[in-house]
Amino acid sequence: MSTRRDFMGMALGGFTAAGAIGGLYAAKRTWDPLPSVKAAGSTVIDLSEAIEGEPMTEKWRGKPIFVLKKTAEMPAHDRDVVVDGARYHVSIALCTHLGCIPAYKKADQTFFCACHGGVFDTSGTNLPGLPPPSPLEIPPFKIEGNTLVLGSEGPEYLEMKKNNLVV
Amino acid sequence: MAKIDEKAFPFSKQWLDDRLALTTVMKVLNTEYWIPKNINFLWAMGMILAATFGILLISGIFLLMYYVPTVEGAFDSVNYTIMTEVGYGWLWRHIHGIGASLVFLIIYIHMFTGIYYGSYKRGREMIWISGMLLFVLFSAEAFSGYMLPWGQMSYWAGMVITNLFSGGSLEAYGLVEWIRGDYVPGQAFLGRFFMLHVLLLPLVIIGAIVFHFATLRLPHVNNQDGEEVDFEESARLWKEGTVESRKKSEVIPFSPVFLSKDIFVMGVYFILFFYLVFYNFNFAMDPVNFDPADGLKTPAHIYPEWYFLWSYEILRPFSKDLGLIAFAIAQVIFFALPFLDRSPNVAPASKRGLFQIWFWLMLVDIIVLTFMGKLPPTDPAFAFIGLVSAVLFFVLWAALPFITMFEKKIKE
Ligand code: HEM
Ligand code: FES
Repeated sequence: MSTRRDFMGMALGGFTAAGAIGGLYAAKRTWDPLPSVKAAGSTVIDLSEAIEGEPMTEKWRGKPIFVLKKTAEMPAHDRDVVVDGARYHVSIALCTHLGCIPAYKKADQTFFCACHGGVFDTSGTNLPGLPPPSPLEIPPFKIEGNTLVLGSEGPEYLEMKKNNLVV
Repeated sequence: MAKIDEKAFPFSKQWLDDRLALTTVMKVLNTEYWIPKNINFLWAMGMILAATFGILLISGIFLLMYYVPTVEGAFDSVNYTIMTEVGYGWLWRHIHGIGASLVFLIIYIHMFTGIYYGSYKRGREMIWISGMLLFVLFSAEAFSGYMLPWGQMSYWAGMVITNLFSGGSLEAYGLVEWIRGDYVPGQAFLGRFFMLHVLLLPLVIIGAIVFHFATLRLPHVNNQDGEEVDFEESARLWKEGTVESRKKSEVIPFSPVFLSKDIFVMGVYFILFFYLVFYNFNFAMDPVNFDPADGLKTPAHIYPEWYFLWSYEILRPFSKDLGLIAFAIAQVIFFALPFLDRSPNVAPASKRGLFQIWFWLMLVDIIVLTFMGKLPPTDPAFAFIGLVSAVLFFVLWAALPFITMFEKKIKE
């Protein structure tokens, strides 16, 4: 008698649990980014338009991208992207603290984040003692002639990645 | 089946009682739910919150008729269609905005009333915990609602707050993207926060309010002196019904007697409420949010609505990881109040020695944090005050168990 009731209880519990797990999985998948969002294409940046010392803001996967053609007095850095002998700082323009867009202060030659006061230099390195914990992130890029293709990993990017320079 | 009175007239009192036990229900919930006489207007805050929630629900339903939850349409549907075309659309919007702001003012008063009178312990722990649950739910409701006009503040608050879930050095960007449904806030993000704001969270809030009320029923509300009322004796005296015995009784029934006092305080509150709605609505509208969302431009200075400023300021002065940990603790530490207070005294803070100092320091600290949170992060003097207040917040919580452990016992 009791075993029959136990069996009914376990059968009900088992099916309910299976249904609940299935339902949770479906709910999780509904919250996932759509494939079309994931497959967001690449962005091509024409570097011939860049002006020395004036960052341009491009857009890749909805995120803003800084492209700064460095002037001679701006210190060189291993994170620079070198195209045709010119040095560029290329990074995702979202503060590594909580994601605001830092603004370029021409007078100080720094990127200043107004949200919580983070500061980055012209190589994207975060200044110490402030909220951002790491340098501005470098997006995957590939150099093609005088253009930069964001979203694909060229040899220069892979080299940087190997040396842990991209974040 | 239970016995019924065959001759009862349909829908008469007897007829309903036989089918729904209506008289019993009314007794349990109203006419014999006893409220101590020894309380003041601060005990009306709970019903004011319930009424404000009702007003938010009604104004929200009207806003929903023309709101468009798309990244292209949202901003105009609010700022153009509802505000200028829909007849009295502005009224619903201003009521909704003022209501969302005032509800937090009243929540904070309600919470600090509970802390001051010790209404969170010795049988009232579940009242406190269910109340904190409501606080968290209202915070989520306010945040999700703030996304909907899709202005600059909506977008950037959405960006910053969802980034909190990366957990700092844990770098859980997958989780952040999962919450957003995109790399940055976009249509997927707006759609899901719309769903949360208009359906899921309000449903859960209604459930939580019912639960909060249920937790009050057995322990009853506290009173100004933390006195243990003999409810049975007092109820008997009240029910005796003579002027004499009712005077001697320490309680009154919730309805209609206590409720009429509540409604008086509510009347005063709604004068303030509608004064703000009609003459000072800008107080709940951030000017920056009248610019449409732009993912390529952060506003010069971003800050949350005033009711989140104190916890935002706790995040700000520290490095990223430490800031996140501090912020996470600040969000939940109030849940632990009944367990960190080691003293058995249920009494107003003024009778509790060091706890009185603790109470006022905590209140002032949160007010100072609120003011500092609104200022831009550039002034070093204010940043320092912010840091000191943030540290003080944690020092106070760490000190609470010790302060209360040695508190003199007031009565047996
Ligand atoms: C926002 C929705 C809320 C509603 C609708 C609500 C409603 C009420 C009502 C009607 C009462 C009884 C009357 C009174 O003492 O004011 C009450 C009591 C109480 N509530 Fe809330 N409340 C809410 C949020 C909170 C929060 C956020 C807390 C704190 C964590 C809280 C803690 C308490 C406590 C401790 C009492 C008992 C007071 C006493 O015994 O003297 N409530 N609430
Ligand atoms: S988001 Fe840049 S400092 Fe916080």
